[in-house]
Amino acid sequence: MSSRFRVSCIAIGVAALALTACDREERHNRAKPLGETVPAGESPDTIYPGSGVPPPLDARAAMYDNNAPAIAQGQWLYTQMNCVGCHSHGGGGMGPPLMDDEWRYGGRIDQIAATIAEGRPNGMPAWRGKLTQDQIWQLAAYVRSLSGQPSKDAVSSRPDEMSGPEPETLTAREPQKQSDAAEQ
Amino acid sequence: MTAARRAAAIATTLLLGACQSYQSTFSDAAVEVHNFNILFVIFLAVCAAMYVLVIAFLIAGIVRRRRAGDALVMETGRHHESHPLMRTGLIAWGTLVTVGLIALALASFVGDRSMASAAAHERLSITITANQWWWDVQYNSSDVSKTLRTANELHLPVGVPVRIILHSNDVVHSFWVPSLAGKQDLIPGRENDITIVPTKIGIYRGQCAEYCGTQHAHMALVVDVDSQADFLKWWQHQLQPAPPPRTPLALAGYNYVTNRECAMCHNIAGTPASARVGPDLTHFASRRTIAAGTLPMGKGNLYGWVEDPQSVKPGTKMPTIGLQPNDLHAVVAYLETLK
Repeated sequence: MSSRFRVSCIAIGVAALALTACDREERHNRAKPLGETVPAGESPDTIYPGSGVPPPLDARAAMYDNNAPAIAQGQWLYTQMNCVGCHSHGGGGMGPPLMDDEWRYGGRIDQIAATIAEGRPNGMPAWRGKLTQDQIWQLAAYVRSLSGQPSKDAVSSRPDEMSGPEPETLTAREPQKQSDAAEQ
Repeated sequence: MTAARRAAAIATTLLLGACQSYQSTFSDAAVEVHNFNILFVIFLAVCAAMYVLVIAFLIAGIVRRRRAGDALVMETGRHHESHPLMRTGLIAWGTLVTVGLIALALASFVGDRSMASAAAHERLSITITANQWWWDVQYNSSDVSKTLRTANELHLPVGVPVRIILHSNDVVHSFWVPSLAGKQDLIPGRENDITIVPTKIGIYRGQCAEYCGTQHAHMALVVDVDSQADFLKWWQHQLQPAPPPRTPLALAGYNYVTNRECAMCHNIAGTPASARVGPDLTHFASRRTIAAGTLPMGKGNLYGWVEDPQSVKPGTKMPTIGLQPNDLHAVVAYLETLK
């Protein structure tokens, strides 16, 4: 056995071991208690008009953003909770579209979660107390995926609806708009 | 392994033979399973007889010594002409195989037809929709006010041909009540059906038989075959809306269930909770199990399930809400009134 062959064998073995570190499929069946300790009616303020400096990203974001099971659960909830009724499958209708890169109330996952939990003027109902924090964050992960922000391997390539735009995995990721980036 | 332990293991295996028809493919509780068992015996008999013959010839061939000159005959391919007995034997063998196959084909055809003919005499129609991981059961009636929706428990009248229409909301599942009928898949976007004529009063267990995700194993169905009078009584009772809460604790539970997370998914007839995402809870406490056969119905299990479904059935669509103790007591007290 040549030494080069041996080295490549070891390299392949190490690469295979490294695969086990991939956490795309990491499942969280329960929200961390943190989510439940925010008193009802008191929301972490996530809207920053003008040049206010937003606080650092909520620690929970890492658990849901870019997480395949969370996005899949969010996709299921999106239909079951009738988000489709106003936002359609992302294209918008009575409510604003969700698949573009414009976020009235911020496009960070914690900002989307706050929008879902607290509701927003002109029709968006508040879901706090109707859905658990866990479910709200799953929905936020899915809504964020509609605009092509999460990585391709985390997003389901099979949308639940029968027809529609190309699956998120096949469309190019759009860079966030300058105005959004400045906001953050 | 000690001798005692080995004896215990053997005894346990033997005990399996004593299993009642609760979940057994060899039960005799429905016409379908009865026909199928006859078919099974015919197949077993024919195949076993042929197998024994083949093995017997093989052993005879091994034991018998090769005669001088045999090798030559084999190589010329005129083996069957070597001996008149061989010729007769080969013809008999060919006939036996043909007759055996015809017998199997006939038995299979007759069995299949008799099972299919039951569908023509349908007297009760039920729609079962499979979800991850529970069964949505709807009793159809031409009178809409008699249409009944329940979950995870199927009541059937004895001796009545029941046509069960099968749908799925998410992935492929399979409807399997071994004591009553064979398997039938539930396929999203497609309608399947199966007809059952139960012949024995009793309680049977069904199980999803197509891997459908994390909690596939906890997707069971209780089938209760009643006398026709009992069945109608059950149907009448299930049509009633949920009774109003009668104690302050149950009232608190009612308020929680109808206003908070529970009402987003569950339906309780006669209350504002009218969602169709999760199982219907109108007569929840009258059922035998919680969460599609995961736990037997009971106060302790109810507490455990409502407080933390994600520990009992990890991955289930029902979230862990993290109910405060007073809410939990109230919700369980209310759920227990849903008889």
